Amino acid sequence: MSFIELQNVYKIYKNGVTAVADMNLKINKGDFVFVIGHTACGKSTLIKMLYREEKPTKGSVYVGGINVAKLKNSKVYKLRRKIGIVFQDYKLLPKLTAYENVAFVLQSYGYKESEIKPKVIEALSRVGLKEKLRSFPDEMSGGEQQRVCIARAIVNKPKVLVCDEPTGNLDPDTSKEIMNVLSNINKEMGTTIIMATHDRDIVNRMKKRVVVIKNGVLAGDYEKGSYKVDEAH
Amino acid sequence: MKPIRILIRSVSSAFKSVVRNLSLSIASISCIIITLILVAFAILLSANVNNFTKDIEGDLTVVVFVNKDATDENIEDLKKNIDVVPNIKEITYKSKDQMKEEMQKENEAFDKIMSEWKEGENPLQPCFIILVNDIESIGETANTIKNLEHVDIVKYGEGMVERLVSIFDIVKKVTIVAVVALVFVTAFLISNTIKITIYSRKNEIDIMRLVGTSNMVIKLPFLFEGLFLGILGSIIPVLVTIYGYVFFYDKMGGVLFTDIISLIEPYNFVFQISGALVIIGAIVGMYGSYKSVRKYLKI
Ligand SMILES: Nc1ncnc2c1ncn2[C@@H]1O[C@H](COP(=O)(O)OP(=O)(O)OP(=O)(O)O)[C@@H](O)[C@H]1O
Ligand SMILES: [Mg+2]
Repeated sequence: MSFIELQNVYKIYKNGVTAVADMNLKINKGDFVFVIGHTACGKSTLIKMLYREEKPTKGSVYVGGINVAKLKNSKVYKLRRKIGIVFQDYKLLPKLTAYENVAFVLQSYGYKESEIKPKVIEALSRVGLKEKLRSFPDEMSGGEQQRVCIARAIVNKPKVLVCDEPTGNLDPDTSKEIMNVLSNINKEMGTTIIMATHDRDIVNRMKKRVVVIKNGVLAGDYEKGSYKVDEAH
Repeated sequence: MKPIRILIRSVSSAFKSVVRNLSLSIASISCIIITLILVAFAILLSANVNNFTKDIEGDLTVVVFVNKDATDENIEDLKKNIDVVPNIKEITYKSKDQMKEEMQKENEAFDKIMSEWKEGENPLQPCFIILVNDIESIGETANTIKNLEHVDIVKYGEGMVERLVSIFDIVKKVTIVAVVALVFVTAFLISNTIKITIYSRKNEIDIMRLVGTSNMVIKLPFLFEGLFLGILGSIIPVLVTIYGYVFFYDKMGGVLFTDIISLIEPYNFVFQISGALVIIGAIVGMYGSYKSVRKYLKI
């Protein structure tokens, strides 16, 4: 079994919308995968099923050998400690500094302050924010806030990083910087990265595996950027 | 130690939350204060009523004077008849001679007069001294006995004491009902405060869930917050109890209206009640927050 594996996965929301239909997908450890497709095609739904924010209506979702679909609610937190999540809107706490926003995670796990500090500094250094430890979110640019979000996602050294349009709110240059950060994390830490995006330039330039979704169905799977944007649009 | 660190962080987070939502916290605490003062009043009252009813119960007797012309056989029958009347704890018979002896011992003037009585001349009536089980129905018991054959006069207790006991009993019952109702109102108010705290921290809670904070760590601060509100709310009632009861006790000279009714000594009584108040406050606070955490923090 692959590190991440979807088997005949369906997601039908309560309102009757079928967001994902009969999806089969395998992702190996250390891969970097783009998930692309039109708006409302089901990218976010797919990502959310990986960290059990949504439960598949049918089928199995394996992450690191565990069927996430069958995970009890009370055990979900254990899964989330192994998956880093990066959001389009960063989801930082406005009253905490960059350092505190990242440290907060490990504090809530009950780590010692002396264990937390080096881990937080390391994570923030990796995203290039070593100089901004004491800045509050509203004192940082969008790109910087996204880096804090990434630092928070990797501080516990997860095996997987899932990103839902992490560059959705950023200009092209800042987006490039964020992609460099993610690429480095993938290379240096061996973290598997799954990223949903709309950004054609990024997908074409990065030359990574591309998974195309159309109306909730897997419509294409291309190795090393052999995908042409026009094929999906 | 991981659990201890989690505990310390939860406590400090709960404390900050109490301060952050100050006006709500004060509303909840005020309600707890009123409830606990009433609880204290109810406990003080029932403990004292129980205490002096026990005191009086030992003393309160029904005295049954037997007709002068009753024979020994009649008296034997009467005793059997009294025996089957409900609410009787103990019957003691006193013959004319025993009465005379006792009265002579008790009082010198009596002794002087009675010693002049001739042999066989004794105008006193024999009597039964009866102890009852339940002081509140002593009147009923006395009436039943009064209707028995060969009974002349029935006397019992001091009506005032009896009435006092039943008045206190009513006050006690009303207070208990009020306390129960207030406990629910307080629990509701606390759960409402916690609900608002939960909403005001929804962002933080959502993020905690996403980054893998355990459910217990998410819930604990809210439970502690309820606990804090309960304990903070018990401070004033504890002071009121200690100073209030000591002052009342001293002012009344340790008795209530009459020497028959003695009040319970303030120490350690007030400390026991204070302990009970803190525990009740804590439980009500925890219960209120537990309700909200269950309802609004479904995980
Ligand atoms: N919680 C929900 N309840 C009901 N329907 C939903 C829910 N979330 C998403 N949907 C529907 O499911 C479909 C897929 O939504 P999803 O968010 O996965 O799309 P997406 O590919 O991420 O779109 P976008 O590129 O705009 O972010 C849409 O039709 C959407 O309206
Ligand atoms: Mg989306």
